[in-house]
Formats: sequence, C-alpha cells, structure tokens
Amino acid sequence: MNDLKQSGINKFKNNLKDLRNSFLRSFIREGKPINDLSRAAVMANNFFLHVQGAKTHVNTLRPGYTLGLGLISLYLLLITVITGVLLMIFYNPSIENAYNTIKDINYVVFTGRLVRNMHKWAGEGMIISVMLHMARVFYTSSYKKGREFNWVIGIVLLILTLGINLSGYMLPWDQLSYWALVIVANIIQSPKEVTDVLGITKYFDMGGFSKELFLGGLTAGKESLTRVYLLHIMLLPLILFIFLGVHFWRIRKDGGLTKPEAFELKESDTRYISGPERKTEVFSTNKTYGLMELVKTRTPAVSRDIENNLLSWPNLILAETAVFFLTLAIVMVYSFYIDAPLRELANPLIPENPAKAPWYFLGLQELLSYSAFMGGVGLPGLALLGLALIPYLDREPQHIGIWFSGKKGRYIALESLVVGTFVLVGLLAIVIKFGWFRTWWPDVPQLLIILINPGNIWVGFMIMWSLFVIKRTDSTRMGAIALFTMFLLSYVILTYVGTELRGPNWGFYWYKSQWPVH
Amino acid sequence: MSSKNRDKTEISRRDFLGLASLWAAVLPAIAFLGGMFRMVKPNVRYEESTRFKIGTVENFPVGITKKLEDKKVFIFSTDEGLHAISSICTHLGCIVNITEWGFQCPCHGSRYNQNGKVIAGPAPRNLSWHEISQDIDGSLVIDAAKDVPPGTIFKLKA
Repeated sequence: MNDLKQSGINKFKNNLKDLRNSFLRSFIREGKPINDLSRAAVMANNFFLHVQGAKTHVNTLRPGYTLGLGLISLYLLLITVITGVLLMIFYNPSIENAYNTIKDINYVVFTGRLVRNMHKWAGEGMIISVMLHMARVFYTSSYKKGREFNWVIGIVLLILTLGINLSGYMLPWDQLSYWALVIVANIIQSPKEVTDVLGITKYFDMGGFSKELFLGGLTAGKESLTRVYLLHIMLLPLILFIFLGVHFWRIRKDGGLTKPEAFELKESDTRYISGPERKTEVFSTNKTYGLMELVKTRTPAVSRDIENNLLSWPNLILAETAVFFLTLAIVMVYSFYIDAPLRELANPLIPENPAKAPWYFLGLQELLSYSAFMGGVGLPGLALLGLALIPYLDREPQHIGIWFSGKKGRYIALESLVVGTFVLVGLLAIVIKFGWFRTWWPDVPQLLIILINPGNIWVGFMIMWSLFVIKRTDSTRMGAIALFTMFLLSYVILTYVGTELRGPNWGFYWYKSQWPVH
Repeated sequence: MSSKNRDKTEISRRDFLGLASLWAAVLPAIAFLGGMFRMVKPNVRYEESTRFKIGTVENFPVGITKKLEDKKVFIFSTDEGLHAISSICTHLGCIVNITEWGFQCPCHGSRYNQNGKVIAGPAPRNLSWHEISQDIDGSLVIDAAKDVPPGTIFKLKA
C-alpha cells in the first residue's frame, strides 16, 4: 500500500508482526477450507492431495464398494516404512551380528519388540489386503476400459509385496530365515531340473547361475545376507514406490474409481456424506458454457450423475483418515499381543523339521513337494501370467462397477467355489493317501513327473473349467470369474494344507499334536 | 538420381548417419547393462574349499558309517572300499537323515535308498557321490565339487 512511505525499520516491524499470518498464507495458499471454493483448492494445490480429484463420486465413498482395501494396503505400507527405518537404527546385516541385534531389538531396545511386531504384521497384513484389493477390483470388473494396464501394474505390486516380505523374513538370521533362504535359493536354481532332463546343464546352467547371483556364492552365507538386505530395504521398495506412483496416477487419469453406469443415490448414502453448501442446479443460467470438444463415443450425460460428485474435502479426506486410524489401531493391538517369531540362531547343519517357508508361500511349498520346478517356477509363473492377461482375454464392457456383474456372476462364482473345492480336496486326498508316480513306479523318469503332477492337473482343470463356463454362458466375463474364484480358492486351500496339515518330513497330520516327538 | 530406380538395399547418407549414431548410443547402453549384471556375479567366494581331508584309512575300519556334519557328507566303509554320499537333498537343499533303509529328507519327504537313489518324493536327482582320492601324505581327500557315478568305490591300497 504505502510501503514507499514507510521507513525500513517500520516495514520490518510490520512484517515481524504479521509473520505468523504471512507464513501460514505462504504455506496454505488457498486459506482455510471454509467455503466450497477453498475446499476444492486445497485438494488441487496440496502436493500430497492433488493425486486425488477435487470432487469424489458417491460410489467411491460407499464403504461397501471399495471396502477401503487399497487404502489399507497403502497405510500398511507406510507403517512398514516408518517402523522399518526405526528397526534399521539397531539392526546390523552381518551373520555375526544380525541375530544378536534382533534379540536386542526384542528384549533390550525401548518399545523395540512392539516396533518389530508392527513391522512384521503390517508387512504380512499387506499380503492379505493387497490380495483382497485385487479380488475387489476383479469382482467389480474394474480392470476394463482403459484400466487393463493398471491391473497388470497391480499384479507387479503384488509380486513386489511378496518379494519384500520374503526378503525381510531372511534378515533375523535365525533357523527360519536360514532355511527359507536355502529353500528359496534352490527354487531359483530349479530350472536346473529341466536342463538336467534335457541334458544341457553343462552348457547352459541358468538355474545355477541365477542362484549364484542371488546368494553371492554357491552356499548361503554372509554375502547372501548382504544381498537379501539390499533387496529388502532398497531395490524392491524403490521399484515398489515407482510402480505405486504409476498405479495411483493411472487411477486419477481414468477418472477415479469405477462406478456403475446407472448410479442411483440411496437413502443410506447420506449417513457418510456432506453435500455442497449451496443447493443450486449444477447447470445454472449464471454461468456461461462453451463447446469444449467433439468426441466420437457417447456424449457424457449432461444432467446426470454430475450432482453425485461431492467435494473430496471433507468427504473423502474424512473417510481416508478414519481408515488410517482404524488400520493403525488394528496393527498396534495385534502387535501388542502377538509376537513375531524368532527361533534359535541359524544352524546350517540341522534343518528344521518340517522346514517350512513363511505362511504365504506354504501353498507353493505344497506344490513344490510334487515338483520343484513346476511348484516353484512353472505354475506360479503361469498363474501370474494368467492373472495379468485376464483384462485382455475378457473385454466385455458391461456391468462395470457392479459386484460379480450381477446375479449370474454370483452364481458362477459360488458354483466354481463348490466344484473347485471338491476337485482340489479330492486331488489332495488322493496324493496324501496314495502318493504319486514315484511311489507307484520308483523308476519313473523325472520328465514325466515335471509334466504330470497334481499341481499341473489342478491348473489344467481350472483352465478347462473356465473354458467350459465360457462355452456354457457365452461370456468371457463369467469364465474369468470362474478362473479367478478358483485361483483364490486354491491359494487358500493349499496354504491351509501346507500350514496346518503338513508335519515332519512333510507328512500328513490332522493336528500339530499328532506330530511325532523327536 | 531419382528415388524410383534406387536399389532397395541402398540407404541414404542421412539415414545411414542417423542409424549409425543410434546404434552408437544403443550398443554402449547394452554393454553398460551387461556390465552391471556381470558385476553382481562374485569373483571371490568367501566359502570353505570344496576339497577337504578326512584323515587316513585307519579312521575308517570296514563296516563303519561316518557322518561329517559340517561337510555335509556321509562316508561309508565297506569290504570293497570307501564311498562318500552327499547329505544335501537334491530337491531344495535340506540335509537328509540316515535311516535303516537309506536317507530321508525332512523338508518335503524325499526318500533315497542306500545308494542315494530317489525312491519317493519330489527330489529330481539322486544324491551325489563325491570323488575320494588319496593325498601324497596318505590322507584321504574328498572333493564335493567333483561327482562320480554312483557305485564308484575308492579301493583301499593295502
């Protein structure tokens, strides 16, 4: 105003007086979110919020649609990052000190055990929430119409989640860590099974080479721990965050989450939303409108669904904050009562009996007990490829944003669940009761076992069943529902068998109490 | 020269220079990536030697079976001589236990007979038989990196 007239000292004094306000104004430029304009501005201007739209559709805000699973995964990730950095203060990645420092964290460091438990359970919780998030996206057909590649990115994020969990499992350098490391190294080596059968291992030992790169030598030792540590704290998280950024960016570019074509506001919606402050028509005569673009596809409905987009601040932000504190509370309480396991120091001479992988890989370990290559590389590779290709093989544009694509899909999912359970449990019962080829004909060539084993038969059945469903219903979406339902089912059943029903020497036991004492 | 009668294989100077500079950029990039991957493969291994001495023949009277735990090998002494069978399961690298009828892996239930031949379970290969030789000082040497065909017996020199 009259800056020119003021003396320098006066200007300085006034600036000093105004410091609090001028700093806040520079920090939050749009001012307090007290009217609709500034509420929209805070979403658009804030770096951390701008990945979300200024307005959010009511469908997105319905807890029953998203179940908050993607958010929960993100929050669990944030919890692991913060607790992980705290753990790094004390952890020392060397085979001499790793075990001792974990023991220090558990027994000496202030709140160390709670932080370690939170890190562990938030990390493993991510596996569950990411898988459920994938199921939610699948069953609501949210992988279609431009979102195909984002589904593929999601699969990559699932693989990275599993990889980070597994590499973290190896860091305490106790018996669990060491033998998991040995088993994983040998799974990496398992293409050798195929090159051996073909007789070309001498010239092209891909399995052995990959194993050496992973372990930094031929046997699990100090070099291996350095590499696993690097993977866990640096390489995999770095890749994860890059893909996560792309994942979010694409959701935003696709116009937020999916919603059904015919959306109707329900009475119950009003419980968790607050509307705009002025109830006027969305299109009013007070504004001017111009022709923005001519498009080939159906024009956006002018007077429909616009009013169902509400301001993200406070509607979305409140919901997100609630989910965050709920997630944090569950992780805290669970970690307070349940301790992350820590066995005795790694002993390369005595494997655990049974030597089990972490629970999320026990389904694979069950398949591994049929054939190392198929169980460790072949079938998981096929499953992930199949999952990634789902959006490209099912392109039906109807029923997006509707759970199970309606009644028929619900029926198909239920039917696949029942049929799949019977077939898989039957197959496992045969294997457990009667064994497989080698029990019957000890001289059977390895190639035959690689080609025909219970794991392959099950995957073959899943594929045949889905093709049958496609043929019967004339819909690729129904086939996809059948396949995906069976995939989830087999993950759950195989994990259960591997975790609860397998005992010493990978023998079958109904209860842990039946395990022979040794 | 009109472009019509130009030979199809002929390439203009502009295209040639363009392609040449493109490949001049791509090739070093490939070499750089290759070098990065090669760097990961260790040149030095901080591991125990695969060759180790197990003492003289007097340590192995006929009929004895020794398990060298830290070397992950079983040594059998029979009327015919000595042989060494690896205790590393060929499935996923667990350590097998010896039983009356052969070997049993605790991890995924692979079983081997007394000659290390797979008789049950997922193991893709038989247990390795390691080479036994005699050093100049008379002590026996096993090389875990050198496998011999099953049934190869190290004859004791009387």
